[in-house]
Amino acid sequence: MLAFLFRRVSLIVPTFIGVTLLAFALIHLIPGDPVENISGERGMDPARRERLLREFGLDRPLPVQYVDYVANVLKGDLGTSLTTHEPVLDEFTTLFPATVELAFFAMLLATIVGLPAGIIAALKRNTVADYAVMGVSLTGYSMPIFWWALLLILFFSVQLGWTPVSGRIAVEYDVPALTGFMLIDTLRAGDASAFRSALSHLILPSIALGTIPLAVIARMTRSAMLEVLREDYMRTARAKGLPQWRVVLVHALRNALIPVITVIGLQVGLLLSGAILTETIFSWPGVGNWLVHGVQSRDYPVVQGGILLVATIVITVNLIVDLTYGVVNPRIRHA
Amino acid sequence: MPEIAFTAALGETPAPGPLREFWNAYAQSRGALIGLALIVLLILLAIFADVVSPHPPNEQYREFTLTPPAWDAGGNTRFLLGTDPVGRDMLSRLIHGTRLSLLIGLISVAISLSAGTILGMIAGYVRGLTETVIMRLMDVMLSLPSLLLAIAVVAILGPGLINAMYAIAIVLLPHYVRLARAAVIAEAGREYVASSRIAGAGPLRLMFNTILPNCTAPLIVQATLGFSSAILDAAALGFLGLGAQPPTPEWGSMLAGALEFIQRASWVVTFPGLAILITVLAFNLMGDGLRDALDPKLKR
Repeated sequence: MLAFLFRRVSLIVPTFIGVTLLAFALIHLIPGDPVENISGERGMDPARRERLLREFGLDRPLPVQYVDYVANVLKGDLGTSLTTHEPVLDEFTTLFPATVELAFFAMLLATIVGLPAGIIAALKRNTVADYAVMGVSLTGYSMPIFWWALLLILFFSVQLGWTPVSGRIAVEYDVPALTGFMLIDTLRAGDASAFRSALSHLILPSIALGTIPLAVIARMTRSAMLEVLREDYMRTARAKGLPQWRVVLVHALRNALIPVITVIGLQVGLLLSGAILTETIFSWPGVGNWLVHGVQSRDYPVVQGGILLVATIVITVNLIVDLTYGVVNPRIRHA
Repeated sequence: MPEIAFTAALGETPAPGPLREFWNAYAQSRGALIGLALIVLLILLAIFADVVSPHPPNEQYREFTLTPPAWDAGGNTRFLLGTDPVGRDMLSRLIHGTRLSLLIGLISVAISLSAGTILGMIAGYVRGLTETVIMRLMDVMLSLPSLLLAIAVVAILGPGLINAMYAIAIVLLPHYVRLARAAVIAEAGREYVASSRIAGAGPLRLMFNTILPNCTAPLIVQATLGFSSAILDAAALGFLGLGAQPPTPEWGSMLAGALEFIQRASWVVTFPGLAILITVLAFNLMGDGLRDALDPKLKR
């Protein structure tokens, strides 16, 4: 087990170095040098440019700059935003809980709906129920989620007036940000109506973001269940006279869940891609929205730092998924 | 062919040819057939966009801005799906958008399929340090959410339709590299490869003439599914203002331009999205069908 742990963790070191190289290269690959980008559209006299280049250490050889960059990253210094002049890391940590909250509920929804849907489709194979689940999930899988989000707003917010159009909470509430998770913060403040407001703001974005993972989970659960249902131990379980629910939930599902859990874990990248779009549409104050603004306003330290941080998160989560998988399934450990 | 001639001479029913056999397997799935039919229709629309669309895509009919679809109250049969905020015919723009979306899919998949296959074959054939470098690089690319990677590339190259295609090609690349490498490693130990090597085939011939034809199935399936992610990502980039720029009738950027009218004129939002959904769905259906037909091992 220890050897597996060591081997798997050491694998991410080159990946992480690659990510820092990519983030570092980004600043140097963009058209114009960083000083010009800082100065904006206005021209700059050569002497001032020289001085700024030296001030930012941009006149040194690239390898030196790279080592310097990595040293700063390891110290937690990711530069300052050109638009807000706040440290990039601080901005990220303030906004990240909003993204986590959204992603968590999207994933919860996807699992709660997707898992049973996949089980039903597998049990009722080649019936109307199966075709319905597979049809809906294929459609969900093919859905441009920015458009899906707009349809949800159009129907639930504009036509029915049930849910708010954007933001995390109605403006009249001022909840002290302790954890950054709006639901927890409103609960801790003991403000029930603020909690309801936060919850109602969360519903539509969660549906929008959760749709693709839901489709993936339903499809994956169905095929994993079909695989397991063919096994000999299933016939044994039935032959023992166990009730159907026990055969399905205990004997089949437990074994079918292993690949499904992996798939759920590996949705993180997909989820963050979706979060970029969902947050933009719902003006959700999270990391995705921040990154899009960063690109649009050519705020390169934000883009650079954001890419590095997001990649780190994806690498870490994938590592955790892999390690859990290794714990659950010994065959992987010794492969 | 000689086999068929032989069995025919014996007076037995000839075995179906490989193409026929493939078609029989493919046609078993109704979804796959629907997908294929939709794609043929979309390709025809794209080719004959200028002939089929009732109006030029960028022609502004100023007196008809935001006309609802023909079946709505206040609709006009001249504009079947209504007009957009500056009076352009929605139907014509959507038809021309088909051309763009299919082109984006075709070009970005072609770039990443060919580059990815070559890189993957080299990695799988040469092994060693070359393989490590290539595969770790792909790991880095996979560790970024696809849309974020595309956004990063666009940030470097600048927004626009062509750059969006490059960005998407880069995003899709790791999948082909991984597939090609895995296939080469699996095939390289087979006897037919060894016999070809003994017959004096050089590494290039071995890679591209001997091994490659035997690993096309997963690459074809991935390429088909790549079309749908390319079209989705291009639309997302267009929607964020980082892809095709107005007045290009690209579906994603059409949606972006229509956002402020969502309450008054829902059709400017619903139709472009529906076009994206149908196209992506068609490629996903065909991809699933191809996978089942080409690779019976994966059939579930």
